[in-house]
Amino acid sequence: MSVREKFDTELHSTQDQLIQLSTMAVKALGKSIDALLNHDVDAALQVIEDDIHINRLEEELNDRVILLIAKQSPVATDLRRLIVMIKVATDMERVGDYAVNIAKDTIRLGKEEHVPVIAQIEKMHRLAATMLMKVIEAFVEEDVAKAKEIADLDDQVDALYGEVLTQLMLAGGENPAQISQVTQLAFIGRYMERAADHATNIAEQLFYLVRGRHYDLNK
Amino acid sequence: MTMNSTAIATDAVIEQDIVSSNSVYKTNQLNLWYGANHALKNIDLDIKENEVTAIIGPSGCGKSTYIKTLNRMVELVPSVKTSGEILYRGRNIFDKSYGVEELRTRVGMVFQKPNPFPKSIYDNVAYGPRIHGIKNKKILDEIVEKSLRGAAIWDEVKDRLTENAYSISGGQQQRICIARALAIEPDVILMDEPTSALDPISTLKIEELVQELKKDYSIIIVTHNMQQAARISDKTAFFLNGEVVEYDTTDTIFSNPSDKRTEDYISGRFG
Repeated sequence: MSVREKFDTELHSTQDQLIQLSTMAVKALGKSIDALLNHDVDAALQVIEDDIHINRLEEELNDRVILLIAKQSPVATDLRRLIVMIKVATDMERVGDYAVNIAKDTIRLGKEEHVPVIAQIEKMHRLAATMLMKVIEAFVEEDVAKAKEIADLDDQVDALYGEVLTQLMLAGGENPAQISQVTQLAFIGRYMERAADHATNIAEQLFYLVRGRHYDLNK
Repeated sequence: MTMNSTAIATDAVIEQDIVSSNSVYKTNQLNLWYGANHALKNIDLDIKENEVTAIIGPSGCGKSTYIKTLNRMVELVPSVKTSGEILYRGRNIFDKSYGVEELRTRVGMVFQKPNPFPKSIYDNVAYGPRIHGIKNKKILDEIVEKSLRGAAIWDEVKDRLTENAYSISGGQQQRICIARALAIEPDVILMDEPTSALDPISTLKIEELVQELKKDYSIIIVTHNMQQAARISDKTAFFLNGEVVEYDTTDTIFSNPSDKRTEDYISGRFG
């Protein structure tokens, strides 16, 4: 066995666990949006039920990282990698929480016909999901150039969010009976905007991991 | 010389004094050979006063050779040859006019294994001052107490000063050796793996002591224990195959070293 082979194996399997957690969170977000678009309460309930797996995985990953730090005394890149894994797991767990919030909103909205702005929210989701999937790829490949591209996409999500809010205000003004739906959709727009921010956070963490310095990619 | 040029010259002298007063040792292009074995290669290191400087590196990298060169102990090995210079407080220690006794009075050393003399605790600490001609019992008592306090062991041995130094634990013996080094009021303390033969609690006591001592002394410590270097030193030099690969603040070396070999070594991937 080469020097630190066991530690390297542990690092890799912790990273695999992080990727599993991330994939589950991004899928949950997609399922919650599908449930919203299809007025599918059963699918929404499933998203809520499945969130416990994401939460458990995050807890397991945190415990594992703490044990590795305690037992292996990592330094430099190894230490940054472990700290970054904990932070990325927290970001991804939050994405899972947004999926749950959207699922709850879906249940509240029931079969109520959507205001047209829903198409913009769907577009926000596509962008946010692309960012999240790409940032996982960038993380695995340790590709900071790709991470920078992801952060640049965040501007598009922010712009869309602005449009969504304007249109929702107009819709609410035109049809006060839909004010409840308008409020729910405004929240959902906010969750998408935050999910994209988490992708940017992860991109920044990747820069820290690779270069050992802090970067603000939101500038 | 005009008044103006005198002022400039004076400024230059003052500036030089400031620079040299901050550096306790400056090693310039030091090379050392044991016979045909080129053990130290073009070493440049600037060691600052009142700091703890850790020297790390795998076995055979030259770290112990380097530290033993700083007090010219390495000259005890036959067939040693050096080139370059080591300035201690601005003066080249290899100058023929530099007496080795004078240097070792200023530079104390603590070794890997505690090596007290087979004498009482008191006589161990009083040994150096006696050699330097101090005979007055009251003065010796004061030096012994001050040195033992400085080495954080006074309270443990104050009632057993006449006991043989071998009768106490290894960790205590090592602190007696530190007290013995302090008794001659050195400027620098060299430590060659001072805790490698000690248990974890004794190790922590020595580490805490090093933190205290750096207020009054400059400390250069060779250690195989990377976490120890990270815990107690201000600067770290990484030696490999007789060369200094990287020398930087300990914070940088252990969080974001610039050389991949340093990173591989500190993260335990070779050595």
